[in-house]
Amino acid sequence: MSEALPHSKAYEVTTHTVNFGPQHPSAHGVMRLILEMDGEVIERCDPHVGLLHRGTEKLIEYKSYLQAVPYFDRLDYVSPMACEHAFALATEKLLGVQAPERAQWIRVMFAEITRVLNHLLNVGHFALDCGAISPSLWMYEEREKLLIFHEHASGARFHANYFRPGGVSRDLPAGMEAGIREWTEQFPAFLDEMDKLLSGSPVVKQRAVDIGVISAADALAWGFTGPSLRGSGVAWDLRRAQPYDKYAEVEFEVPVGRHGDSYDRYLVRMAEMRESVKIIRQALDKIKPGPVKVQDRKITPPTRGEMKHSMEALIHHFKLYTEGYHVPAGATYTAVEAPKGEFAVYLQADGTNRPYRCKIRPTGFSHLQAAETLCKGHMLADMVAILGSLDIVFGEIDR
Amino acid sequence: MTDGTQAPAAEPAAPVDEELRALAAVPGVTLARRELGELVAEARREAAFGLLKTLRDQFAFQQVVDICGVDYPERAERFDIVYNLLSVTRNARVRVIIRTDETHPVASVSSLWPCAPWWEREIWDLFGVRFDGLEDHRRILTDYGFEGYPLRKDFPLTGYVEVRYDEDRKEVVYDKVRLTQEFRNFDFLSPWEGMTLLPGDEKVDRRHRP
Repeated sequence: MSEALPHSKAYEVTTHTVNFGPQHPSAHGVMRLILEMDGEVIERCDPHVGLLHRGTEKLIEYKSYLQAVPYFDRLDYVSPMACEHAFALATEKLLGVQAPERAQWIRVMFAEITRVLNHLLNVGHFALDCGAISPSLWMYEEREKLLIFHEHASGARFHANYFRPGGVSRDLPAGMEAGIREWTEQFPAFLDEMDKLLSGSPVVKQRAVDIGVISAADALAWGFTGPSLRGSGVAWDLRRAQPYDKYAEVEFEVPVGRHGDSYDRYLVRMAEMRESVKIIRQALDKIKPGPVKVQDRKITPPTRGEMKHSMEALIHHFKLYTEGYHVPAGATYTAVEAPKGEFAVYLQADGTNRPYRCKIRPTGFSHLQAAETLCKGHMLADMVAILGSLDIVFGEIDR
Repeated sequence: MTDGTQAPAAEPAAPVDEELRALAAVPGVTLARRELGELVAEARREAAFGLLKTLRDQFAFQQVVDICGVDYPERAERFDIVYNLLSVTRNARVRVIIRTDETHPVASVSSLWPCAPWWEREIWDLFGVRFDGLEDHRRILTDYGFEGYPLRKDFPLTGYVEVRYDEDRKEVVYDKVRLTQEFRNFDFLSPWEGMTLLPGDEKVDRRHRP
């Protein structure tokens, strides 16, 4: 019995595997994480995504351009209008049209409202992940005010289907601009309150400072965009660098962090909300009455009233809502600064009424991929704070 | 369109496009053009890795923001692999397009950009294109044990299987997909405006038509 195999050696396995999700409130959706833990410390982290994959890109290949718009609301369901924005701009680029002034201002305004909506949810949930429950409830209350604007403008709280190629689906209802202005006046006070409550809170700081640090060079290589990249100190904002719609005509700051940790990413988002309010105010000052759609009846439908007495308008309406418009062959990669980062559409048209290929570039996909780099060596509880600070939504990651 | 024969006709003939010229001079680029103002480079598959490395190191394209596939089943090399690069220091974008088919793998750029593996896994998952040098070659978006490549044009929109809960077996099972209503796919390519060439028209010399 003493003839043990010469090379046999006993190893003590110290790591164990933890399955996190896919149904876990801190996973921000349906994500499954396979964590290899050494005690309480994460050794490896393998995110399994795709549990919410609905084949959006394939579905869009079978839909006309107009029918494709609602799918974008369901991608990043926390900031639906920002996703529509990318598709509307891409289609407009291929069609060679530009939305009228008023439509562009409305889009800028609502893109910023969406940004505030998104950041409120993210910051609230980040606080929740760090152990603070009440801020998220107060933020929901604030979100509700903005969702009322969403609803009054588009008819839906979330799945707006509002930004269409060629403009927006309809004009703002009377009195709405005054309502938004009133909101911009009271909202900064709410932000101050939250700042006081969260930014200086020792609990939040202990959970977030120096957690999930990523350097600027790493953040770039890992494909970070938006607040996650700016948190690492790279002042890159598509609204500033490659302005679309009316962003070139508004003034705002691009807040950046310095340390690239969860806390800086949180601070960047808090600061961005204030900038958004500034942009909304400027948009309200500069917006003028006018058409909200391209006045080309081959692209945008006529009004109901017109259809009642004009045969041509009726034909246009019928053609647009059955066949849709044909988009000239070509391809474009059009990106917008969505609240989470660069959200883009690579749209390939073949001259028919349907996209040949519509690749959606989700923002969270690259952020989540870096989860292992960010979480390695951290405690299990820190992982939750890191994921919260990356702002991950599975509607867009899984498509 | 990625069809190499199409000339960049709609280009403004303004001053010489330095960026375009510089891009065309990079080894491996077969055609550099501007499409709707966006820089596009078509390249040979074998030279793609070197080209992308040059773009990253010499042209300061720090980020590969997106890698995606496009399927053209009628072509011999049916897939386009499209790399969208972004430079945050030069505020520039470029698109690199290479071609491949089901059997020829593409060199993975995961050693150039750490965020490339997931994009490449996605292309493998949805198009069935292999990547040489990609360590983690699992599927990513589709279900565990999924078969087929859903974004290929010959893959039906409905798929082949559907999931349901089996009360007897007390588990989720896969069944062949059954549609209560036939899948409706309207063909709007009416000869009146959709198509430019009617059947039979190809016999007529187009130059003599008004």
